[in-house]
Order: sequence, then C-alpha cells, then structure tokens
Amino acid sequence: MTLARRFRAWAANPWGKPRFLLLITLAYMVWAIVPILVAIRFSFNEGRSRSTAQGWSTRWYWDDPDLSVWNDPSLREAVYQSLELASLAMLGAVPLGVLLALALTRWRGRGSGPARFVSLSPLVTPEIVMGTALFLTFVHLFSFVELGTPAQVIGHVTFSISFVVVIVRSRLLSIGPEYEEAAMDLGASPRQALRMVLLPLLAPAIFASFMIVFAISIDDFVISAFLSSDATTETVPIKIYSNARGAPTPALNAVASVMLVVSLLAIALAVVVVRLVQRARGERGRAVDDFARLNV
Amino acid sequence: MRSRRWFWPSFGLPGLVWLALFFLVPFYVILAVAMGTVDPIFRFPVPVWNPLDWDTQAFETVIDELGPGQTYGTVFIRTIGYVAIAVALSLAIGYPVAYYIARHGGRWKGLLLLGLVAPFWISYLMRMLAWVNLLQEDGLVNRSLMWLNVLDAPRTWLDGRASTVVLGLVYGYVPFLILPLYASLDRIDKNLLEAARDLGANRAAAFRRVTLPLSKPGILAGCVIVALPMFGDYYTPDLLSGSPKTSLIGNQINLYIRGGPQVTLGAALVVTLMVFLLVLMVYYLVSTARAARELR
Repeated sequence: MTLARRFRAWAANPWGKPRFLLLITLAYMVWAIVPILVAIRFSFNEGRSRSTAQGWSTRWYWDDPDLSVWNDPSLREAVYQSLELASLAMLGAVPLGVLLALALTRWRGRGSGPARFVSLSPLVTPEIVMGTALFLTFVHLFSFVELGTPAQVIGHVTFSISFVVVIVRSRLLSIGPEYEEAAMDLGASPRQALRMVLLPLLAPAIFASFMIVFAISIDDFVISAFLSSDATTETVPIKIYSNARGAPTPALNAVASVMLVVSLLAIALAVVVVRLVQRARGERGRAVDDFARLNV
Repeated sequence: MRSRRWFWPSFGLPGLVWLALFFLVPFYVILAVAMGTVDPIFRFPVPVWNPLDWDTQAFETVIDELGPGQTYGTVFIRTIGYVAIAVALSLAIGYPVAYYIARHGGRWKGLLLLGLVAPFWISYLMRMLAWVNLLQEDGLVNRSLMWLNVLDAPRTWLDGRASTVVLGLVYGYVPFLILPLYASLDRIDKNLLEAARDLGANRAAAFRRVTLPLSKPGILAGCVIVALPMFGDYYTPDLLSGSPKTSLIGNQINLYIRGGPQVTLGAALVVTLMVFLLVLMVYYLVSTARAARELR
C-alpha cells in the first residue's frame, strides 16, 4: 500500500515537473511503438503463428523455399512494385514541386492565389476522393494511360507534389529574397542568381523532398489500390490489406517489416543530411524539429 | 522587362498543368460519371460530358436514401459518429502529450519528438496489421487480459466491434494530430505565461486563459487534418472488423466504384462526401495560409 501512496505522492508533487503528464506521454509512446515492435518480432517466428512467439528464425524472410518474402513470387513482386513506384514518383514529383514552390513564393501577381490553392489542395483531399476520381479518369477519359504502373505513378506524383511544395516553400520563406537580390545587384541575371545562389541554398530541402516523397509513396495504400490493374501491380500495403485477416504465415509481417525499414531509412537519411548541411553552414536549427513541423 | 514579369510564374507552369490534368479534371470526370447514364445492355457506366445533358437520377437516389434508418443515412450517421468519437479521443490523448513535449521536453525533447514522428512514417497498413496480430483470439491482448483476470475466456475483438474500429482509427491517425498541435504549442511565447503568473494566475488559470486560447488554431487544424482522412477510410473497418455492422461511407464507395452499374451511384456518393467535407478542407487551407502569413 505504501508503494501506491508513494507513487501517488510522486506523481502529484506540485514542485517538480508535471509528472502526471510525463506518465501520459510515456504511456502514449509505449502504446504507439510496442505493437509495431511486436509485429516485427513475429516476423522472426520459427513457427507459423502471427500471434504467439515461437522461437527465432529468418525463415519468413528468405529461408523458407516457398513461402518466404524472398521466395514467394507474389511477395517479392510486391516489394519490387512498391520500390519502383516510389522511385518513379520521387523523380516526377520533386522537379515539378520545386519549380512550383519557386513560382508560388516569388510570384505575387494575379493568379498566384488560385495557383497556391490548387497546389495545396491535394494535401486535404481525402485519398478516397482522389483515388476514385483518378480511377474513373483513366477508365473513361485518359484511357491511353493504362491502369497499373503508369496510372499508379501519375497518382503518386499528383499527391506528392504538394508535399514538395510545402517543404521547399517553407525553406524559401526562411531564406528570404536577400541573397538573390545581392547576387543580382552584383550583376547576375535572375537565371544566374537562381542557379548559383538559390539552388545551392535549397539543396538540403530538395534532398529531403526526394526522401520524403519516397517514404510517402511506399506507405501509400488507397491511390495504389484504386489504380492497380491486377495482382502484378499490387504493392506491399495492398498485400497487407488483402491478406492481413487470412494470412497463413508471418511472411506478411516480414514483408511489412522490410518496407518499414526502407521508409524509416529514407527519412533518417534526410534528417542526417539536412542536419549535417545545417551544421556545416553554421545555421542553427534542429532537423527533427523541422520535420515535425513539415505538416503544419 | 516583360520577360522578368513572367520569369517566376513560368516556373509554376509544368506543375500547374500537371495538377490541372490529374487533380482538377478528375473532379469533372467524377461529376460526369455521377450524372451520366448506364449502358442499357452491358450495364457499365457511360459518362456524360455535356453539363446540359446531365441526369441527376443517381443524386436523387442518394438523397432519398440519406434519411435516418435508410441505407446511406445509417452509414453516414455511423461514419459521423465514429469520426466524432475518434477525433475527441485523439485530442484527449494528443493534447497532453504534445503539451508535455513542447513545454517540458527539456533535453529529452529530441528523443521524444522522434517517438512522435516515427509512427508518422510507418505505413498505416503495417500499423493496422500489428493490431490484427495483437487482437487475435490467441493474441497478446487476450492473453494479457486473461492473465490479469479481466477476462475469463478469449474475446473475439475482430468481429464487428465498433470499439475496435474506433480505437483503430485513433491509433492510426493520432500522430497526424499531435504534430500540428505540438508545433502550435511550441510557438507559444513563454513570457506570456510568466506574465500571467506574475499577475496572479495560478497554473490552471494560466493554462486556461493563455495556453489554451493560443493553441486553439493548432487544435482545430489538428482535428480537421485527422477528420478528413477518417471520413474517407474503408480499410480500418475492413481490417479490424470486416462486418457490415461497422461499414463506413468509404466502404460503400469502395464497393460501388469497383464495378457494375453501381459505379454511377458510387460517384454520386463521392461527390456528396466531397461537398460535405468541403467546409473542413477550405477551413484548413485558409487557416494555414493565414498562419503562414503571420509567421512571415
């Protein structure tokens, strides 16, 4: 009993930090992270269960000759499809988004308001609306775009552009127009000022955009699902959706874990590079903080 | 001088053309399908491109069935109910966590933020898969509850329970609410709080009269940004319940869009949902634009 009372006194101590809130925060972290760790742990099961721990093995990753991620063609294809889509989405969305962000930040004339509205709207459009609308568009209007990889890439580029715009625009706003103006005062043309001054300053944000688009694309489910044509264009999230309830083996957990590692690695790389560049340039700023703010 | 004027807008051109083709045009297509006809023999939908020939049959069906107790009425009311409860719970969980990290994170701030950001970059489907594993009949949740003597026999969690679906929604979307909330709480000037304390407010009063009003934009933005995707969700109920008892408006749309003469009806449902959500979407875009202007 004394233990409970001491705990209550500790949590209610008015002089220290609000310990009650600390407990809630820690409980939240545990709740947010532990289920995922458990799912990863089951992917290393030796047996077939996905709900109880049964020894350790890499059977479901590559050892099993038929059912592991590496040896089951349907799972391996899903990994390839996810990676292919993410790479193409990244190559398409980043250039379009960077240019759009430059235009939206520096262009103040008529039409810039609606342009800004259109470029940010995909962020708030529920994916089911975008997915169904694009699906019907590719079936009825742009029927030269085949469902499957081409349609999926277009869909991913469309929703990724807005993320790139947000990232690059916030960086542009924090740089301000002074550097370019100085360059132009010293005789550079707008084009030269852009290439020699602005783009190098934007490089970390552009790199972060590449990584973030890659990660978002890998995690996407709804758009990929509506625009996939058949089993060969199913991505890993689609496999999870169609097999989670009936899946016979932990190979599904294994394939999900592989993608988790890939997308977290992309984000970690972005954080590390942005931080290194900031440090080298003597700017202050906490990369994690910046990423936390991305969505605001 | 003329070329200067078009210098920046021209950068936005490729991105804007892309968004016009693959974001704006699809909205027109979905209207054309919703107000289109159905082929009398093959029963597939035929979009009608000319607005003068539009047929509102599908919308009339949707509106007729929208009353309480009727097909779409029931689903719509259920969706609103689930989303309202899930958003309220997310806020109840998210606010203390965001508040604690923003105000009292101290030197652990970076690590705590990492814990907040990580789920954000892990695929939604992977996180649902984790709960499917945990909530199996022989899963960890049942076993822990039985070990604690809360349950006598394993419970079937994944069989059409509203509570499971709502908790799934909360688990899935709460990170998206915490981040904007954290950003708005972190921006609050601590001097304002000290001033309030100096003028005689105790902790609770300072919170109620300074922190809470100043974090209101963050609360609203966070709630909107999680409510929007929740309204379009169909995969959470599919994975965590799979029963028509918990089907949401998204499930209905997903079912209809997939084929047959119902596509017209599905498109009409998407448009109805979109009109319903438009207020929230515009609110979010306008409020973030205002916040960005204030920061500048």
